[in-house]
Amino acid sequence: MAIFLNKDSKVLVQGMTGSEGTKHTRRMLASGTRIVGGVNPRKAGQSVDFDGTQVPVFGSVAEGMEATGADTTVIFVPPKFCKGAVFEAVDAGIGLAVVITEGIPVHDTAAFWSHAQATGNKTRVIGPNCPGLITPGQSNAGIIPADITKPGRIGLVSKSGTLTYQMMYELRDIGFSTAVGIGGDPIIGTTHIDALRAFEADPDTDVIVMIGEIGGDAEERAAEFVKDHVTKPVVGYVAGFTAPEGKTMGHAGAIVSGSSGTAAAKKEALEAAGVKVGKTPSETAQLARELF
Amino acid sequence: MDLFEYQAKQLFAEYGVPVPQGKVASTAAEARAIAEEFAASGKSRVVVKAQVKTGGRGKAGGVKVADDPEDAQAKAEQILGMDIKGHTVHRVLVEEASDIAEEYYFSFLLDRANRTFLSICSAEGGVEIEEVAVTNPDAVAKVAIDPLTGAPADVAAEIVRAGKLPEAAAQGATEIISKLWDAFAGKDATLVEVNPLILTADGRVIALDGKVTLDENAEFRQDLESLTFAEEGDPLEVAAKAKGLNYVKLDGEVGIIGNGAGLVMSTLDVVAYAGEGHGGVKPANFLDIGGGASAEVMANGLEIILGDQAVRSVFVNVFGGITACDSVANGIVQALELLESRGEDVSKPLVVRLDGNNAELGREILTERAHPAVRQVDTMDGAAAQAAELAAK
Repeated sequence: MAIFLNKDSKVLVQGMTGSEGTKHTRRMLASGTRIVGGVNPRKAGQSVDFDGTQVPVFGSVAEGMEATGADTTVIFVPPKFCKGAVFEAVDAGIGLAVVITEGIPVHDTAAFWSHAQATGNKTRVIGPNCPGLITPGQSNAGIIPADITKPGRIGLVSKSGTLTYQMMYELRDIGFSTAVGIGGDPIIGTTHIDALRAFEADPDTDVIVMIGEIGGDAEERAAEFVKDHVTKPVVGYVAGFTAPEGKTMGHAGAIVSGSSGTAAAKKEALEAAGVKVGKTPSETAQLARELF
Repeated sequence: MDLFEYQAKQLFAEYGVPVPQGKVASTAAEARAIAEEFAASGKSRVVVKAQVKTGGRGKAGGVKVADDPEDAQAKAEQILGMDIKGHTVHRVLVEEASDIAEEYYFSFLLDRANRTFLSICSAEGGVEIEEVAVTNPDAVAKVAIDPLTGAPADVAAEIVRAGKLPEAAAQGATEIISKLWDAFAGKDATLVEVNPLILTADGRVIALDGKVTLDENAEFRQDLESLTFAEEGDPLEVAAKAKGLNYVKLDGEVGIIGNGAGLVMSTLDVVAYAGEGHGGVKPANFLDIGGGASAEVMANGLEIILGDQAVRSVFVNVFGGITACDSVANGIVQALELLESRGEDVSKPLVVRLDGNNAELGREILTERAHPAVRQVDTMDGAAAQAAELAAK
């Protein structure tokens, strides 16, 4: 089962012929992902050799879906072209669009999110500025290293890429159903709540770990959701207790403004919802471990 | 990136939003000269306003009315160099005094929770809108804006109605709101705030103040450089920015280098917890060297951190995801050699924790090199404890 992505997912790569796209397509193929094509209008009809595997290049997402039955696209195109790439994926009606690209203007993200809503919300958007998602042993859509851990029964959702890897590493012996990196931008497609809802419904997930960070109120809203709708045990971690007000900590969305967005407020909200919150990533992993 | 008020008003004017006539001065003599120009056109009363990127200027005494050019010079002298919430005043805006009949509030901003934009409008302006929202929530209208359609006349008119602006201001405010949307979208802003938006005694609607935040991700299509002042901010932050590093100066003693924003934020927290047991030492900075972590980036990062007089130990915390730890280790070794060859002092202890992709190889490289400043610890918590202990010595 897992969530959003499984062994049957057929994956297109928008921007496959660029340097990042090529590098990560090779890695995704190596970890068992069914990559069925790349998209680049200037190279349509060609194919790219990945260590003996020929991957065809299509002129558009719609053509790629028509030819292969693709249901997922991973987007590596540069920030300037990303809005267009997501519009194209949404217009083609693909089920899942994973936007890896970092540095997209928030007006562009707001526009493609609005477009996805306005056209019937057929496409789940994950990201932007995220590492993607992995269902270990089945499929990997994005840049999460596949060899950190194995299949298991923990569901992980995180704003941060490296903390995702760190947590997968800490709990590598238990393993994960799916790990989803939702990204740290101010506007993102799939939220903590979307992932929590999916993990709650997933028979292959027993324990949920959610990692948040300063900025916005997504964690507080996720806490409300956990209180009302999640019966599985949830363990949480929030980064940024020492972040000062008004300074952006790397992620565009990671900023404390006034009293809103602080790590302390998020931790408090999560604990009030019955989520066990660890002080450090290791302590958080230990809390999850105790549930097995 | 936040703009100064005078920059925000220049941007408004570019989009046809009415603002008071004014010019910026960095000396009291310049302020006087500007006031003299106004006096020559029959406007002897001016307002001298501190240009700082923080709120509460009025309360702090950073906004003063002057009756004539001599008075403007005196007021500018009082304001220039003043400290307002940690911001030194380097410039003042000298503008014609406005005859205020009523004050309103208006803004466009990012609505993270609803993943769209929002406008906020209120007939009660000139004060802290957050306070009005608490004491009299009905007086503060929030209208969601579809990013794809923006705020054309009909949407702007709806906002004005929702904000209960009086009939006398309705048309002027509607026009201004549409133009402010054009500025908000056209310049890739994440905040455009006008507080107060005023109705003058002679019935005009004017943006009396302006606060604008621009999206740095839009740099590829916006000219942000001309709006930036080199002297702004902490010198280490300025130097780090020049090297393209994602660095924020903090006020502790443990220098931090890591990869990935979330992991680095987490590293700061873990060091602060560890510091509680070591005389309260704290992280000295945030530095995310990103996925690549080449020797050059590592050297640049180490140089900035070792150049921070407050730093007593350094914690390099890397989880190799895409990055291989052996190349990070080589980066550290080469960075130390590079800094030594430049004659920099690299004797401050460096606690290194490498995990993930090729961690074993990375650790071997550091063990073999055996640099006297470098010590390795296997876990993040353990490394943080050691870095805190070393900083407390």
